[in-house]
Amino acid sequence: MEKKQNKYPVNHIIGFALSITLTIVAAWTALSSDLPVMWIIIAIMALAVIQAGIQLFMFMHITERGATHAPWNMMFHAFVIAAIVVAGSLFTMSFGFTHDHGGGDHHDESGAESHEESHDDHEGH
Amino acid sequence: MSEQKTDDVALEYSTHQGQMNIVGFWIFLAAEISLFSTLFATYAVLFGRTAGAPEPAELFEAGTVLIMTFILLTSSFTCGLAIHNMREGSLKGLMIWLGITLLLGLGFLGFEIYEFVHYAHEGATIGSSAFWSGFFTLTGTHGVHVTLGVGWMIAILIQLKQRGLTAVTTRKVFIVGLYWHFLDVIWIFIFTSVYMIGMVV
Amino acid sequence: MQLDEFFVTGEPLIYAGMVSIVLVSATVIFLLTYFKRWKWLWNEWLTTVDHKKIGIMYILSALAMLFRGGVDALMMRTQLAFPDMNFLNSQHYNEVFTTHGTIMIIFMAMPFLIGLMNIIVPLQIGARDFAFPFLNAVSFWSFFFGALLFNLSFVIGGAPDAGWTNYAPLAGSELSPGPGINFYLLGLQLSGIGTLATGINLMVTILRMRAPGMTLMKMPIFTWSTLITTFIIIFAFPILTIALALMTIDRIFGSHFFTLTGEGLPMMWANLFWMWGHPEVYIVILPAFGIFSEVIASFAQKQIFGYKAMVGAIVIIAGLSFVVWVHHFFTMGAGAFVNSVFSITTMMIAIPTGVKIFNWLATLYKSKIIFSAPMLWSLAFIPSFTIGGVTGVMLGMAAADYQYHNTYFLVSHFHYVLIPGTVFACFAGLIFWYPKMFGHKLNERIGKWAFWLFLIGFHLCFFPQYFLGLDGMARRIFTVGPEWFTLNFVSTMGAFLMGLGFIVFVHCVIYSFRFSPRNIEGDSWGYGRTLEWATPTPIPKYNFATLPEIESHDALIDMKEKGQTTFDRDKLEPIHMPSYTGQPFIMAAIMFFASFALVFEWITLAVIGLAGIIVMMIIRSFDYDEGYHIEVDEVIETEKKARGMTDE
Repeated sequence: MEKKQNKYPVNHIIGFALSITLTIVAAWTALSSDLPVMWIIIAIMALAVIQAGIQLFMFMHITERGATHAPWNMMFHAFVIAAIVVAGSLFTMSFGFTHDHGGGDHHDESGAESHEESHDDHEGH
Repeated sequence: MSEQKTDDVALEYSTHQGQMNIVGFWIFLAAEISLFSTLFATYAVLFGRTAGAPEPAELFEAGTVLIMTFILLTSSFTCGLAIHNMREGSLKGLMIWLGITLLLGLGFLGFEIYEFVHYAHEGATIGSSAFWSGFFTLTGTHGVHVTLGVGWMIAILIQLKQRGLTAVTTRKVFIVGLYWHFLDVIWIFIFTSVYMIGMVV
Repeated sequence: MQLDEFFVTGEPLIYAGMVSIVLVSATVIFLLTYFKRWKWLWNEWLTTVDHKKIGIMYILSALAMLFRGGVDALMMRTQLAFPDMNFLNSQHYNEVFTTHGTIMIIFMAMPFLIGLMNIIVPLQIGARDFAFPFLNAVSFWSFFFGALLFNLSFVIGGAPDAGWTNYAPLAGSELSPGPGINFYLLGLQLSGIGTLATGINLMVTILRMRAPGMTLMKMPIFTWSTLITTFIIIFAFPILTIALALMTIDRIFGSHFFTLTGEGLPMMWANLFWMWGHPEVYIVILPAFGIFSEVIASFAQKQIFGYKAMVGAIVIIAGLSFVVWVHHFFTMGAGAFVNSVFSITTMMIAIPTGVKIFNWLATLYKSKIIFSAPMLWSLAFIPSFTIGGVTGVMLGMAAADYQYHNTYFLVSHFHYVLIPGTVFACFAGLIFWYPKMFGHKLNERIGKWAFWLFLIGFHLCFFPQYFLGLDGMARRIFTVGPEWFTLNFVSTMGAFLMGLGFIVFVHCVIYSFRFSPRNIEGDSWGYGRTLEWATPTPIPKYNFATLPEIESHDALIDMKEKGQTTFDRDKLEPIHMPSYTGQPFIMAAIMFFASFALVFEWITLAVIGLAGIIVMMIIRSFDYDEGYHIEVDEVIETEKKARGMTDE
């Protein structure tokens, strides 16, 4: 077996530290900061995307040779499809947020905000 | 096309079949992303449709969720260490770290079950409303995946004990590792878009 | 539960169905016992992992399903032939159009194409088998048992009756109690697992098992279209999996995704269903395009025109297929902006499809066309499909769609794309590759009779339906008024002509089995261009003894020029083969058991079945069978025999 990596798993430790930090930052942003709700959502979704990248590149060795281009190619398209499915559903079903059967006002709000979430998702990739 | 071994890569990539299994599993994970994105979409569309059942912000507890997140993040890290040990050729290190990963996975499941029971007690079950149906299905599907991962790891630990590090066992460990990291990715999105956003809105 | 609730009672047609099922099963069991073929059945077929045999089983199942779906269609057409007919009652009519649609799409079109892919794709790329032969067997058996589960519904428990789209809230437990819809949900779920696994399997096979020198842009077009189809399968089928699962949870465990109570959103079902459903129609059309490309290039004796444009068009169609789903429910009321967006994306699909049509025409231009039966099917496809495509653009205009929606105009449109597209391609592909599967050709004369009957019947059946739709005849109504009589009667005549065409085709298969000369040429038609024709006929179980370096997408043409074959004595090596195993069959049978229990909501039995599936997975995980090798001597012997060579 080759020794292309260090004896000491530096990559993993950095990845772990980063993901813990990012989680704490996300929790703080959501629960303790005074940002407007829309900005909170954008910020924490962006943090989630970064964390996903850490897992894929630092833990899952997505670019490792021996597995060709298929992994990152399919992962990239999977994220595009995910964005289409989530944003597209919200876009298509957005009439449901206002034309609800006797629904209250809070549906309007949540609809608008969920929208932002998906938009961010879209930009993130 | 059959069993020629190449020496300059890690053991799990050393056979053509091994490489194909790993590529195939990546493609499966891509399909899983599509699967979970459908659940996320359903959850998002049904957000706020609580029909008189408790609101998410009333029930979600930041403490429990953060503990669950840290447990899963740590298990992802230990799983990475297990793969690292495997590549160093240390069967013992691999089995120890994989065992720790497995225990952390069980810990996560324990918290999730506690959480579900607690919500049910407060009047939020899968049949309460559209929102709670979406919530329990999304988190529950992730939980079922974790359960399967735990069972899978047990099966692989037994095989490692029986056979040691071979092209086949290392490939299996690598693939279960991919699966485990992937579940962590999904959880990050659940943590963010279900719990954090649910507590903010 | 009483026995008369378990079995469907009170319908003479269904009693006839039961009797025929019992008779056919008894005959099969008798024949197998009489000729002592049980062991042969198990050893050669039920336990096989050979892609060629699995492909044949897929195609046989698909033909059986074509028969079943066809009978459904003829029953519907009979009911609509005259005003106020009393052949089927409304409930029975609902069941028949539901099973017709579901069976034709899920259990006929897809398995037929997947069967052809199974046999041909590994041969076109020079592979020994699929990347995961065991998984391939699991796929087939889960499809097979899914189809079995779905087809059981008409004698046991009652057939689903909410349309093949199964819209909520009609399909929910309040409005459709009983097991009918559960059969739909679980039958599709079971076969969907198989489809997804095949998608992954084929993608890895194409990406990792190509012959030396065959880069992506040197792959035959059918392999290209398969690769892109697997891409769509991989991303679209999980959406269906979830949609079906959510409705199953709704119906059995009382959740509120698509219900009217608990603030559920029934229209979310339509959204999820079509998010899968639109890519699905490309899953059944893209491989068909691939087949036509192969057949047209072969019998026009020319290289396919615009190879790169063809590939590009497939890729663009695949991409667009994920962003047009709303055009299936413009009238839902999503609003003008939403509809406009999806209207534009929908019409964009006509561009790459048009590119393909012109490429086929350009391939034919100034070529010396051989009018063989597969070529006839392909030539008929081009204008017929274009009619369907053009009316599709009409439907794609959201404002106009409010007029066409849910009328026979729509019914005619999708039959005009699916029949000339998919069904013609299935016939063309089956006849074209038949010698590679069974070692003899189909009789050309009878095959052409079947073609002309089917083609004329098709146009007679569906062209009038456009005008019925414009006259306001709604889809899925079970009686017609006198003002629609003439066109409906013509349509019914056409349908029976198609049925006659199918019977002639079956006759052609039987006739050819008995009388066609056994053909030992590898390139059976003499016009083959790609690697599958380089193998001897019948194909050895290992496919290729050796492979030459591939230099273009018409590999066989190059090989002929250089005098190469797939039997180069200097390059022979032992060939690794996977072992046959009964595990896939047993695993799928247990899945069938669990799903059947869930259909009737017998939760304990379903859990037992689930435990059985897990046990089978553990057994598989601990199974370290690595297959066996075919030694060089045996390869030489087989090749010599297959190629009719004598000792030098």
